[in-house]
Amino acid sequence: MAELIDKFILYFQYPFVRYAIIVGVLIALCSSLLGVTLVLKRFSFIGDGLSHVAFGAMAIAAVLKVTNQMLIILPITVICAILLLSAGQNAKIKGDAAVAMISVGALAIGYLLMNIFSTSSNLSGDVCSTLFGSTSILTLSEFDVWLCVGLSVIVVTVFVLFYNKIFSVTFDEAFARATGTKARLYNLVIAVMVAIIIVLAMNLVGSLLISALVIFPALSAMRVFKSFKSVTVCAAVLSVAASLTGLLTAIIGGTPVGSTIVLIDIIAFALFSAIGAFAKGKRT
Amino acid sequence: MEQIVCKNLCLGYDGRAIIDNLNFTVNTGDYLCIVGENGSGKSTLMRTVLGLQAPVSGTIEYRNGLCANQIGYLPQQTVVQRDFPASVREIVLSGCQGRCGLRPFYNKEEKALCEKNMERMGITSFAKRCYRELSGGQQQRVLLARALCAAGKVLLLDEPVSGLDPKVTVEMYSLIEGLNRDDGITVIMISHDIAAALDYATHVLHIGKDTFFGTREDYKNNYSGTFFNKGKGDVDNG
Repeated sequence: MAELIDKFILYFQYPFVRYAIIVGVLIALCSSLLGVTLVLKRFSFIGDGLSHVAFGAMAIAAVLKVTNQMLIILPITVICAILLLSAGQNAKIKGDAAVAMISVGALAIGYLLMNIFSTSSNLSGDVCSTLFGSTSILTLSEFDVWLCVGLSVIVVTVFVLFYNKIFSVTFDEAFARATGTKARLYNLVIAVMVAIIIVLAMNLVGSLLISALVIFPALSAMRVFKSFKSVTVCAAVLSVAASLTGLLTAIIGGTPVGSTIVLIDIIAFALFSAIGAFAKGKRT
Repeated sequence: MEQIVCKNLCLGYDGRAIIDNLNFTVNTGDYLCIVGENGSGKSTLMRTVLGLQAPVSGTIEYRNGLCANQIGYLPQQTVVQRDFPASVREIVLSGCQGRCGLRPFYNKEEKALCEKNMERMGITSFAKRCYRELSGGQQQRVLLARALCAAGKVLLLDEPVSGLDPKVTVEMYSLIEGLNRDDGITVIMISHDIAAALDYATHVLHIGKDTFFGTREDYKNNYSGTFFNKGKGDVDNG
């Protein structure tokens, strides 16, 4: 045990380990907050879809040789998120189909662009690391960390301030609109926040595993808790705890960061399901 | 006192009308029942009155201090709500959202209003329970309390008894009748259940091939369509 603690202390002396933990915890917190809304709105897969859009945008940025790729990725992802979420209710192509379409389309175009224009000798390696986020969280710069801190503060503040509005719009959009709530505006706010979180999260777990960060904490919390507030709080706490555990395990054990975090999330889900089933059995 | 006046109203989607030339007036304290076959445009009419969609032509006027968003609305349940983790109090309180504007949190008055309406609907005892664990009748009372939080003058009910068993249906109808009679709340109800409509309503709007608007007595005496006689036999089907 003492050996393990020594190892931790040694690792914490490296700034990239500290950066990784700060960013990991913040992204876990942000994604779980909106996860509850997304799962309930039947948009569980939007994380996956938008991350593929971000992947496509990244390919475009690479082809255009833009140095700060965020400048291209963020606007494109935000626009797609708005298209998906705010048209969601009465669009001609409904939720899941629209997400699938955009997701697959962006992935294909992104890969095509990379394939045609890439100068790198290890193309499949590049694609793989963008999709699975293999080690990028361990190569963050100080600027990345501050950007992430800034955006997270904005997302959490907006979420707290709009909490009641997000609840009404998610629970019953028609009622909210009929009684004078600006549902379209709040859907827009939700969409923008989702896009920002997903672009952030791509650094941590890569495109393919973002869905896990969005849906697992929310679904786990819903097994046990009964009110919107308790589900939201529980999802946030659970997500932060799981990411922290996953990150430390990955750093110590040398396993891939994203997959380790998701594994911890799966274990937590199993645990919460068991607790939920037990609590239900006790009541009846 | 006139509250809602609809003149030469033409309703439909994408510029294509499904109801033509509809005229009716709702006065304070009325109990208007809107009946008609499936697809006759009841829901479209309701969405238009609520301001969720614009009429193709014609006007809806709100009079004597009523605004479009002061109509309390009891919608039909959506798929999303069936497994939504929310406590009864959270849902009833969300009815006050329209009053908040940009203010992020509910104030004391709104919380008091929420408690009052839960009391009124007899759901205070399960304020902390989860919505999805309640029975159909209890869920409807929660949504009714929420509608009352949104507006105290006019209630618009979309098939409030669909899916409820006969006993709970009667309870629901008498609850609504109480709100109309004792609290003077104007009720506009969409229903398939013509027999019940004629027991409680003061006015009837029948949309379809032959549109009718008038008092219950007129409807009984003059509009003895086959629809009414057919409907009378199966009250329980809601």
